[in-house]
Amino acid sequence: MTVNTTLATYSDWTYATAIAIYVLSMLFYLAEQAFGRFARRSERVEAATVGGSGGGTAVLDRPAPPRVTPAGRPLPERLGRMGVALTVLGVALHASAVLTRGLAVHRVPWGNMYEYGSAVCLAAMVTWLVLMRRFPIRRLTGFVLLPIVVLLFLGGTVLYANAAPLQPALQSYWLVIHVSAAATSSGILLLPGVASLLYLVRTANEHNPRRFARLAPRLPGADMLDRLAYRTTIFAFPLFTFGIVCGAIWAESAWGRFWGWDPKETTALVAWVVYASYLHARATAGWRGNRAAVINVLGFAVMVFNLFFINLVVSGLHSYAGVNG
Amino acid sequence: MTGSRIGAVLALLRNTWRGLTSMRTALALLFLLALGALPGALLPQRSLNAPKVGQYITEHGWWGRVLDKLQFYDVYGSVWFAAIYVLLFVSLVGCLVPRSVEYARQSVAKPVLTPRNLGRMPHYATSTVDASPADVLAAVRPKLRGWRAVEREEDGGARSISAERGFLRETGNLLFHFALLGLLVAYAVGKMYGYEGQVIVQADGSQFCNSGVLNYDSFRPGLRVDGTQLDPFCVKVNGFTARYLPDGQAESYQADVQYQSGADLETNTWKPYDLRVNSPLRTAGDRVYLLGNGYSPVFTVTFPNGQQRTGHVQWEPVDQQTKLSQGATKFDPPDVTDPVLRRQQQIAVTGLFAPTAVYDGKVLSSGFPALTSPAVAVQVYRGDLGTDSGRGQSIFSVDHQMIADGRLKKVASQNLGLGQQLRLDDGTTVRFDGVVPWVNLQVSHDPTQDLVLVFAILIIGGLVTSLTVKRRRVWVRATPESGAEGGGRTVVEVGGLARTDQAGYGEEFTRLSGELLAAPRQRAEQDPE
Ligand code: HEM
Repeated sequence: MTVNTTLATYSDWTYATAIAIYVLSMLFYLAEQAFGRFARRSERVEAATVGGSGGGTAVLDRPAPPRVTPAGRPLPERLGRMGVALTVLGVALHASAVLTRGLAVHRVPWGNMYEYGSAVCLAAMVTWLVLMRRFPIRRLTGFVLLPIVVLLFLGGTVLYANAAPLQPALQSYWLVIHVSAAATSSGILLLPGVASLLYLVRTANEHNPRRFARLAPRLPGADMLDRLAYRTTIFAFPLFTFGIVCGAIWAESAWGRFWGWDPKETTALVAWVVYASYLHARATAGWRGNRAAVINVLGFAVMVFNLFFINLVVSGLHSYAGVNG
Repeated sequence: MTGSRIGAVLALLRNTWRGLTSMRTALALLFLLALGALPGALLPQRSLNAPKVGQYITEHGWWGRVLDKLQFYDVYGSVWFAAIYVLLFVSLVGCLVPRSVEYARQSVAKPVLTPRNLGRMPHYATSTVDASPADVLAAVRPKLRGWRAVEREEDGGARSISAERGFLRETGNLLFHFALLGLLVAYAVGKMYGYEGQVIVQADGSQFCNSGVLNYDSFRPGLRVDGTQLDPFCVKVNGFTARYLPDGQAESYQADVQYQSGADLETNTWKPYDLRVNSPLRTAGDRVYLLGNGYSPVFTVTFPNGQQRTGHVQWEPVDQQTKLSQGATKFDPPDVTDPVLRRQQQIAVTGLFAPTAVYDGKVLSSGFPALTSPAVAVQVYRGDLGTDSGRGQSIFSVDHQMIADGRLKKVASQNLGLGQQLRLDDGTTVRFDGVVPWVNLQVSHDPTQDLVLVFAILIIGGLVTSLTVKRRRVWVRATPESGAEGGGRTVVEVGGLARTDQAGYGEEFTRLSGELLAAPRQRAEQDPE
């Protein structure tokens, strides 16, 4: 089947526009941060820690939503809301870039690294929008957008591949199942990484108020960040496991063995083990707080490493990426 | 004295065991596993690409050799990697055994006593109602359906319910870890009793039989496989088709094969199969994969006495994009029985083959992987090919030692299109007659892979259960109000505790305690005596 070049071009433009909109919305969050020192306390979460079996149990209630001042919203609040509106627009554009790419090539839009990276970031952003509706974490959006924009930019430049049909090894329905599970879970797993990183900033500041004195007070409470990291991790982890298992099933029919220590496979396993360590750390006395967060950030690092480095530098069976082929 | 020494040894063993099976150690070992697996992704590995390892070592000098000594090019077969996973394995077993015992004990145990002071619980709510403690409990009971609950009478006419739920979480967790254990064992057994072999077959009706190790070009047996008991089957490759996009990217590979196994071997019945990249042939407990492909140029050598020899052997692609290939097709002179004489007249046609010839001056290269205008740039050697020397021979090149010794000489060098020929000084001609595609087949055998899949599915199931189920405790105590105006009124207290690290019990508790506290009141309203 031939590639619909008009649609493909359209997809490329939308992709670039989406990045631009993301950057713009980051500016709005930045402005919100710059103007807004209010609401600092209102989102603080009270924490009570009680000893229980299997370790401590953090009991956290969702805080009351910040009150809206009746006499119009203050400027930072308005800026933040505009930021959200732009983020939503960015996600819509991003989604249509992915969709049109798929339509242009008549297949799922994750057949090479460029497309895969885009899908991963889309999964992260959609999840973030969902989370934003449930938790008062709007002000973190800028921090989430930062890695996303970097990844999308690198994806669109270094990894870019022209719209093309799939090579034979990829022509399988497992591409749909395995890669969508992998992309979704990888995307979601980018979020706890950011949350844990901010958690470390926040707790460092709590121990010594002079560290990160400007940044930390604008973040939600440490336990809110911790909860965000944990919840997103345990949501994505089984999905990630499923993705790896599907990869193994596919490898069995495409490469002749279900596990062959291919660099990409191996790094996914390493990331999986790191996340398993994170979950263990959360159940181990003395490891629950900072150390668990450090492990989670490590998991994030391995995921990003797997996304980029492995495909660009190390060649394995997975490097059909259309980059170094 | 000896008694105390034995005691000391036992204590040491006990402490080692405790240390090894503690959560902290498990954590450290998991971490080591992640760390240890990483170099295998970054450094070239023998099992995946042996030539690259050699190249890496030469490029990195002493450092490369040190890494080699430390088994960094065979990470997953190395002693230290094995040490990590064996320790992890022991730790896992040591952790699972006591937890299973505890699990069994808990599964029959009643929920714990209601704590004396519920107000100390992390979650607490209270109210006073016009009902007796017995009525309160009767009203509350239906609200705790799905919880494991036990009612108890307490001092002073008070009554309480102790309820818990989320036991399934531990079930899931144990299932997960046991399945993990099972998966590791199944994987290891599969490695021991499995094998993997590769063979190149000409796609001109040639066949391959899985009857012995020697039929393979390369064969990797598991530790417990000696190659004498392979599952017999045969595969015949009748043709091969590759389709390419205009830019040379492959669109599809397809080999037209026939196979026979089991009873078909006796009756010599062939069954057809359409072998493609993502659909291996599964037969006789083995799988046959289409891994690679390439071309074998066909040459006909006409010797001065008029005798002809036609031969083709696979040439290896040096560029996967364009399928430019190199190789050596070797011929023995016909009717020469004297070995000395024969060794002076052997012929090798070597050089480059291009499926779509592109010339830069006289230099041949290939512009496209499909057979549009095949051509070869050959060097013909005559002399002793060294086939009797006892040294291993590469099928893709001539023995350079023979050239260095002057026993093999280059006698011609020329570009040939299809049907063209060249003539040697003694009148021998070499004609480029055609091209036959070849396929690289892999035969894999892994007796436990289905079992591994079952464990993998259990792992996911256990994981989902364990991560979604929340363990909660809730207690309700109804105490008759004391004092002067206490007549007939009851204080209802609800306390709650989340037993696993699952945030968000607060909201849930607020809702639950609200329901529990409202229940007696609603009941009192519905039937006011
Ligand atoms: C092969 C190594 C191991 C891996 C990959 C692994 C993985 C995991 C994962 C992913 C979880 C979280 C999911 C769940 O709660 O079921 C978990 C939980 C747990 N693991 Fe492991 N595990 C391993 C070895 C061990 C060992 C050796 C121990 C004992 C020392 C252990 C004890 C536990 C405990 C107690 C939990 C429950 C934590 C909680 O309540 O949240 N695991 N493990």
